[in-house]
Amino acid sequence: MGYVAVKGGTEAVLNAEQLVEYFRVKGESEPISVVQIQEQLRLAVDRAMGEGALYAPELAALALKQSEGDALEASFLLRAYRSTVPRIEYSLPVAGARMRPLRRISATFKDIPEGQLLGPTRDYQLRLLNTLLTHESSASTRAYLAQIEAKITDETKPLVNFPKVIEKMREQGILAEPPEQEKADADADPYDITRKALTFPAPRSARLQVLAQGDVGGMLTFAYSSVRGYGDAHPTLGELRVGHVPVEVAHPVTGEAVEIGEILVTECEMVSRVQSADADESHAQRVARGPEQPKFGLGYGFCFGHSEVKAMSMAIIDRVLSAAKEHGVHGEGGPTANEEFVLLHIDGIEASGFTAHFKLPHYVTFQADISVLERTRAFHAEKFAAVREQGQAKTARTEPEEKGAEHV
Amino acid sequence: MSDDVIGQLLQRLTTSQTQTEAGATLAQAAQGGREPLYNFAFIDEDSKREVRRKLLKGVALPGHLVPFASRDLPIARGWGTGGLQVTLALVEPRDVIKVIDQGDDDSVNAVNLRRLIQKTTGIAFTTDTTRATVLQSRHRIPEERLRADQILVLQVPMADPLRWVEPNIERATEMHAEADYGHMWVYMYESVVRSGDMNIASEYPVIVEKRYMMDTTPIPRYDVGRLHMAEMLTLFGAGREKRVYAVPPYTHIVPLEFEDYPFTTEHDPSKHCDKCGANDTYLTSYFVESPTPEGAGCWTYLCSDTSYCEKRTRVRGQRVTMEAS
Repeated sequence: MGYVAVKGGTEAVLNAEQLVEYFRVKGESEPISVVQIQEQLRLAVDRAMGEGALYAPELAALALKQSEGDALEASFLLRAYRSTVPRIEYSLPVAGARMRPLRRISATFKDIPEGQLLGPTRDYQLRLLNTLLTHESSASTRAYLAQIEAKITDETKPLVNFPKVIEKMREQGILAEPPEQEKADADADPYDITRKALTFPAPRSARLQVLAQGDVGGMLTFAYSSVRGYGDAHPTLGELRVGHVPVEVAHPVTGEAVEIGEILVTECEMVSRVQSADADESHAQRVARGPEQPKFGLGYGFCFGHSEVKAMSMAIIDRVLSAAKEHGVHGEGGPTANEEFVLLHIDGIEASGFTAHFKLPHYVTFQADISVLERTRAFHAEKFAAVREQGQAKTARTEPEEKGAEHV
Repeated sequence: MSDDVIGQLLQRLTTSQTQTEAGATLAQAAQGGREPLYNFAFIDEDSKREVRRKLLKGVALPGHLVPFASRDLPIARGWGTGGLQVTLALVEPRDVIKVIDQGDDDSVNAVNLRRLIQKTTGIAFTTDTTRATVLQSRHRIPEERLRADQILVLQVPMADPLRWVEPNIERATEMHAEADYGHMWVYMYESVVRSGDMNIASEYPVIVEKRYMMDTTPIPRYDVGRLHMAEMLTLFGAGREKRVYAVPPYTHIVPLEFEDYPFTTEHDPSKHCDKCGANDTYLTSYFVESPTPEGAGCWTYLCSDTSYCEKRTRVRGQRVTMEAS
């Protein structure tokens, strides 16, 4: 009988699992070690940590190995693991100015305090395939490292903590202060999105958390759309920095800050002009607003590891959402200005999970769909028959009249 | 949790896993001592308590959507993580669980969810609806009438019935608060005008206790009426949407309908299950290939509730044997 197809779920699931393993190793080349992934696929590790929302380079490398390099799958593994880790303490706010920077640039001013530091970037590299890499050996990499290390001992001066570029802007009074409500929120405990469902309107701390663990591809799309034409963001890169920041917690007894380690992060500040006088603002409103001058507004981006596209996209989205909120115009400046739309669709793990769920059997609902479809088809057939009948009756009535007209 | 409880659980875990062949494979798959890494029922106790508190709120306000901090599980969002969190928050070592998908105990996703529950709890499972204390289901309510000592957990994809007419959550929440369901009634009216009847196959909206409009999850319309004044407690979990809600025992559930366009189900008494002969169950169609290679095969109907169908088939078989002897 044909009933066999719907049975055997357990066996099929277990076999599928074994096949995945088979395809992962069947190439017969040397297995990649986790440490190789961690050291040589750094950016993939960083992306998994960012979207998995767990700073754990070793586990991220393991997740990448297990998922055969699939970025979404690797971050999903980390995200699920995160649920099992107890939440002991919130860290103290991390000050970006205390970063031990690897790279730090600004597009607002040529001369910034302590200068620009290009650091390890592919920005100005010619994207030519480097065929030499196919012959890379441990001897060749060792030789290269020795060469670089020789340079370091000669020329390096120890890196200092760089002051933030936006602080300079703040001093000049050209940076708008955040709204009072936001300042109050910032002083309170963060809105922890892993402990509280997101409700709208969402506080900025919730927004930044959702974005920090968002899917880089989705965020790039939103940010790009708002600068390309579906929105009026005209951002300038205030500062982009990559480096290590210390993580501190308050000592449970003394309350003093205790450093528990450091993490590699990318941090970004985007500035754009705050729309000062709305076209439809009345004279009275303008007077009530006082002598405040037009200023720049700030968008903030932060993510684990080295991911500049993500931090910049995040900062642009943050700025667009803040501007929309300040002016009470949700979604009118393109989809990126719609807080719910952005925050509810930006999580790669949720989005991929739900999109993939259509692979599950829908036999029951599809049967229900068929029954509704049949009913609708019957209704339309009946309606069509009635219309045709009417039409025929009408033609029958009009025909003799036309003939009559010919006689005249 | 004390050490001896953990010890007992681990013992249960290992013994239950070596009982069956599938279990042995699981134990093998899980080697490396991964299980002790996880709490009983995977989620930590504080989080489970939060889910239970939110469920209690849901029971106190039947049909009302209660936000909860949905945890990430090792199962993908949209694959039953809401229902699973409800089950994991409720489950105790003495529980007997039944997991079905489309009414089927052996559907791949039901198997997978059961695997996670088994791996992290080691508790007993059943396919017999009458024996289960907690039943987790996707898209169906089992055919056999559930009792007051049983809990039905339904997996929810969308959660808010107003999503079709108001995708913005902030506005939809206000509409629920004010019982402002005019948009939905207009939607229903328009579907009658366009297609001659309510054009809703599943996820049929209902009014709970004359107050909240509720999404019944993608159960067929056939199952909607079976929620009305039911004896069991029904809990709804939407993992991705981060909402839970509940229908306590003996709750009024009224599907949306018009006086001249009453709510109807898919049920057609002229169709019956090809296997057990039932014409009072929810049926899905299957293609049966012809036994001969040149034959064309045909479409037939089978009960979607497989364990009930098997039970009936067995009883029918016995009856036939008794009559024969």
